[in-house]
Amino acid sequence: MGAYVSPVREPLIIGNKTYHQITEDICSPTEKTPTKQFVIGFILAATFLALYVFSVTWTVWVGIGSWNLNRTIGWGWDITNFVWWVGIGHAGTLISAILLLFRQKWRTGVNRAAEAMTIFAVICAGQFPIIHMGRVWMAIFIFPYPNTRGPLWTNFNSPLFWDVFAISTYFTVSLLFWYTGLVPDFATVRDRASGWRRKLYSNLAFGWTGSAKHWQRWESLSLVLAGLSTPLVLSVHTIVSFDFATSVIPGWHTTIFPPYFVAGAIFSGFAMVQTLMLVCRKTMKLEDYITLEHIESMNKVILLTGTIVGVAYLTELFIAWYSGYLYEQFAFYNRVFGPYWWSYFGMMGCNVISPQIFWVKKFRRSIFITFFMSIFINIGMWFERFVIIATTLARDYLPSSWSYYSPTWVEICLFLGSLGLFFTCFLIFARFAPVVAIAEIKSILKTAGDNYIGPNAVHAPHHDTHSVEEDNHSHH
Amino acid sequence: MRSLNKNILFGLYNDETELLGAISKAKKAHLDIFDVYTPFPVHGLDPLLGLEESRLHQAGFVFGLTGTLTAFGFMSWAFVKDWPIIFGGKPHWPAPSFIPVTFELTVLFAAIGMVVSFYTVCGMGPGIKNPTLDDRITDDKFCIAFDTSGLNSNELDEINSFLANTGASEIHTKYI
Repeated sequence: MGAYVSPVREPLIIGNKTYHQITEDICSPTEKTPTKQFVIGFILAATFLALYVFSVTWTVWVGIGSWNLNRTIGWGWDITNFVWWVGIGHAGTLISAILLLFRQKWRTGVNRAAEAMTIFAVICAGQFPIIHMGRVWMAIFIFPYPNTRGPLWTNFNSPLFWDVFAISTYFTVSLLFWYTGLVPDFATVRDRASGWRRKLYSNLAFGWTGSAKHWQRWESLSLVLAGLSTPLVLSVHTIVSFDFATSVIPGWHTTIFPPYFVAGAIFSGFAMVQTLMLVCRKTMKLEDYITLEHIESMNKVILLTGTIVGVAYLTELFIAWYSGYLYEQFAFYNRVFGPYWWSYFGMMGCNVISPQIFWVKKFRRSIFITFFMSIFINIGMWFERFVIIATTLARDYLPSSWSYYSPTWVEICLFLGSLGLFFTCFLIFARFAPVVAIAEIKSILKTAGDNYIGPNAVHAPHHDTHSVEEDNHSHH
Repeated sequence: MRSLNKNILFGLYNDETELLGAISKAKKAHLDIFDVYTPFPVHGLDPLLGLEESRLHQAGFVFGLTGTLTAFGFMSWAFVKDWPIIFGGKPHWPAPSFIPVTFELTVLFAAIGMVVSFYTVCGMGPGIKNPTLDDRITDDKFCIAFDTSGLNSNELDEINSFLANTGASEIHTKYI
């Protein structure tokens, strides 16, 4: 039977929509000439992408010597960027998979764009460990392939090796999940199009017809992929945290890392979803599908995960003191009051203190504050990774090898350029694909549309014994 | 474009409630429905049409198990038999170390296997174009289709009047 609809739930689709209106609203941005805003945004993103290509080329040509890494600090902005980008990816999978299993209907408004964000963020993330190798053409060595040196296999005990499999599996599964969801919507765009666009979308739609059996299989597939993606997304950042946690570096080898990293990943990912969706809903006129209710729900997740991250920071400090272990205590004293104290307070301020304003409903529903906060959190989460990586390495066991690190222009350009890569991909997606899942929105219209539920409902519920969906409205 | 070589008589409905009502009436009248096409997954449709539950998830289990065995088996073979290496005096068969990659390959095999199976059994894939009855079926129309090949005029009339009486807003025929 259909899900029970709580009378306190606010509508998730507003504007008295019909099925056809939903198709019109969501397909039209892909059909119209690009707006001036889009063109300006695209040129800006592509410029940063060019900067990325240039700085990657520079790094490969000149070598890692063009960065400021040294004997003591071997991981700097590169690995910080890697962990930051992977983390951002996590919100997409959380929205599309975990919220699907929990039957959260508000996911339908944002899941498509969030999954796209995941894929592009993982693309950005995956570049950094490879660039960091310096001799990028040796990247093939990270895979266990038959070779003429024995064959000599990779070290299956190494978390860096686990990471290769975690990130590549995550990327592949996310891509498959996202594309399978897109196929019926590409068919919708195909059936409205003519000329070359019809040809393009015919190819993208893989021959979708909308047959009942196909929908049944499609739902079965989506559910299992969601079930697989849920432990997968938890495993990915767990394994990323193993890169640090399995080492013997005080400040890194803590058992709290896996849950702490996963919470942080979801936290930063939701912040990026907010950044993107607030711009999308405004420029693509999707306010009826990505409502204040959606924004508020995501702000609640941000508040929760931000607070979990805060508890993790404090737990680390407490355990360092409680351990009675001098090196651990020093690592954390150094983290707060050492040469990088500013990044620690930047992290605390952005990630732990500032999200607390979301306890107030008015702020959760304010677009201006949400946008501001989302940027803030993204900066804060970047600082978190920098704090963990650079401050820990800067003060190692031997005071004679203590060091300080600040990036060169190449490292800064690599980071800014990766933002260009991300936004270029996202803008291409927003131009060619429906950014809101059309079929999924239609399937919740009668349980979450403002013309069916809530005080403004205009359609009296039908009492038709054949419909299970209609049972939900019997309380009106 | 693939062809099914069938003459299809179909009715378009404006709402899934009407569609579900019409299907249960068709069932009572013992009409043989060829297929039903909808713009989104309509709940309650599968039991009405008598569709059996999809076995994709069972296939997924088998694919996943293949991944588990491949990963764990390969790493064990490489480290124990093919080239045993001592890492810090640890045992040659460090099973806990194999868990992350084994898990990832389980998920990877299950996902790829299921997605490939899905497109194969649905007759879909890159470059494949299946015939469609009406462009609005992916927008806001709900379609019940009957295969009229080999039906006599009485049976055709029966289907036509069924579609008209159950609230189909449009009735068409198409060779696909």
